Parts: sequence; C-alpha cells; structure tokens
Amino acid sequence: MRIIISNSSPDPIYEQITRQIKSQIISGELKEGEALPSIRRLAMDLQISVITTKRAYEELEKEGFVDTVEGKGSFVAMQNKELLREKKMKIVEDKLAEAVAEARLLGITRAELEEMLGLLFAEKE
Amino acid sequence: MMDNAIEIKGLSKAYKGFALEDVTLAAPSGHIMGLIGPNGAGKTTIVKLIMNLIRRDAGEIRLFGLDNRRCEAEVKSRIGFVYDAPRFPEDLRLDTIASALSAFYDRWDEVRFKELLKEFCLPPRQAFKKLSHGMKMKFSLALALAHQADLILMDEPTAGLDPVFRFELLNRLQALIQSERKTVFFSSHITTDLERVADFVTFVHKGRIVFSAAKDSVLESWGVVRAKSDKLRPEDVPEARGHRRTEHSLEVLTSDLAAAGRLLGDRAVCDRASLEDIMFFVSKGNGHA
Repeated sequence: MRIIISNSSPDPIYEQITRQIKSQIISGELKEGEALPSIRRLAMDLQISVITTKRAYEELEKEGFVDTVEGKGSFVAMQNKELLREKKMKIVEDKLAEAVAEARLLGITRAELEEMLGLLFAEKE
Repeated sequence: MMDNAIEIKGLSKAYKGFALEDVTLAAPSGHIMGLIGPNGAGKTTIVKLIMNLIRRDAGEIRLFGLDNRRCEAEVKSRIGFVYDAPRFPEDLRLDTIASALSAFYDRWDEVRFKELLKEFCLPPRQAFKKLSHGMKMKFSLALALAHQADLILMDEPTAGLDPVFRFELLNRLQALIQSERKTVFFSSHITTDLERVADFVTFVHKGRIVFSAAKDSVLESWGVVRAKSDKLRPEDVPEARGHRRTEHSLEVLTSDLAAAGRLLGDRAVCDRASLEDIMFFVSKGNGHA
C-alpha cells in the first residue's frame, strides 16, 4: 500500500487516505482479503495522528471497502457486490463507448445501433 | 473503551503575578497529547503539578486512575519524566547514575538501556556534567524508555534540539504508542512538532485552558478570515477569538470556520488555521479568548 500525504492539499488528511486506498482497491492493487497496516502502524509511517488514520479506516468501513475484525486488524472487504458491480459496469460502459465511437465513424445511426443491441440481447436469451 | 492516563480536574495554583486556574483535562491512554502555549502560560506548572513537585491550591490529579499524591510512589514508578535539566550528581558517570536509579524500577531493562545509549551516542563512562543540553535530554529519555514507563511526561523536550534529533524523537514517540497502553504527554512551544504527531492538543494561555481536544477537530474547525480593513470588522466574524490589523487588512481568528465561510465567504478569504496561528492570535493578537 502506498499513500502519499500532502500537507498543502486543502483536503483533510483522512480524506486523502481514504481516496488513495479506495482507488488502490478498485484498481486491484489491493486485493480482496488483503490486510491493511494497523491504524497505529499507518499513523507512524505517515507521521500523523492515530485519530486521523482511525477515522480514515472508519470511513472506508462505512462505505464497505474495508472490514475490521476486532483484535485482528483491517482487511480489504470480501465480495463487495456493489463495488464489484460498479467496477464491472464501468467496463461495460467503456466498451459501449468504444462501440458508439466506432459506429459514428461508420455513420451508423443510433436507431441502427440500438437495433443491433436488441438483436444481441435476444440472441442470448 | 478509552481510559485516561492523565485526568486533571479543577487544578489551581497561584504564584505572585501568575495563577493557574481551574485546569481540567484528560489524556487518553495510547495517545500523544501536546500541551501548547506561549512562554509563561503555565505549561511547566502543569507538568510539575502532575509530578507533584510543587503544592497545589486546589484540584485533583489522577494518573492511571490513581491519585497522584496518595499513590505517589506507584504512579511515579510508571512515569518517565523527561526534561532538559535533570539533576544528577555532576561528577557521576552515566552508567553509575543508571545503575543507582534502576533499583527503583521493577521493569528496568539493562540491555535496552545499553542499546539506547548507543543509539543516542551517549558514552556510558562520560561524567554527567560533560553532557550538553541536548545530550542531557537524550539521557533522560533513555532512562525513561529503559524503565518501560507507561507514561512519558516531557517538558519542552524539543527545545534546544537540532532538527534531526527532533524528528527522531517524534518518531520514537510514535513507535512507543504502537502499544495502546503507553501514553505521551509533552509540552512545547514548537507547534509544528505537535502538528505532526499529536493526537490531542491542550492549549493553555494565562493559566487557563483555551481548549483541550483532538488535534484533527481543532484544525478542522478553527480558521483565519482575511479581508481589506474596510470590508470587515472583527465583530462580523462568528466565534471570533482574536484579530490582527495590518496597514490595509484585517485578520480574524475564528473557532467556527464553517460558519464564517457561509457568512463571509463572498467578501473575505477563509483559510484553515495552524496551531501556530491559533497560539499567535489568542496570545499576541487582540485575543478574545
């Protein structure tokens, strides 16, 4: 886990931490079930208050990115369905955007494209 | 869940020309609390009262839940008191002082002590009087860490230290509270040290507590409002706690930055305040604290 804190950023430090951990979870850099450093360890590494790291982890927990097991520590949440769905939706969206761009180049109309999509859906059902 | 390593209630002590009045604060175990305030604010008086080195006029001090006078021997054996002017017989060697002191501590760790001397570059055979100001502080810290104190209590530990060792000291304090049972309480007028590592900050001014709170919440709620002097008056700013006039502009410290921003955001610049700003405006500016 790499976290870089900027003291000149207008964002509070706990937000800088949550943002960076979230993006590392979404990018897959931090894997499901992977242990995060303890709040005390992270505070020492970043030279910030324990209260700041605790708050960051609490936010991540609230949003379902992280699970904390009493006495064991914090882990990247398992099977976060909503999160995974969001990630996968993004992939679909990207591919659709690609298809739309391609269609534009070829002069395919929206109606034609929608018809193709309808056909593809029907094929699978 | 959080118990307090230090709990002070209604503490008062009057000297000629200075009075500590009705000081109440709590330092939760497993955390670092910084005590800030300008010189002469009462920081050292509070530290001395915690150590029961001077008589109080009123109030109660509990350390680890125990009364610091009734259980003085027990609480003191769990405190590492670190200051830059420890008094030891001038001609004694460091190792001699340590072996004499170790008898008073059940948890004395001789191996650890030797390691610490090495880390701090303190020659064990050196006579105490040959130590510099900073070295005395380091020696005092080595003693505290070697007897495995639960509470490290320090009065101005970073004053007179070079930046390299200050940085190292702060790191060491954070390493110490990796154990949730260890607590650090230190006074300093160098607010940047506290801004880094402190979990809680207590600000004392003219013998009174201005606030004692989590550092993050202080830094989030306090702010400085700046505008041209014809655009803003101190009384326009909600929760104003001090102000400063320059030739063309007015700066006002507020303890409610969010409210100030909502009210004045269109005609003034509203920034977060640093601990230094807070200390400056309250004590040197026209403080309304």
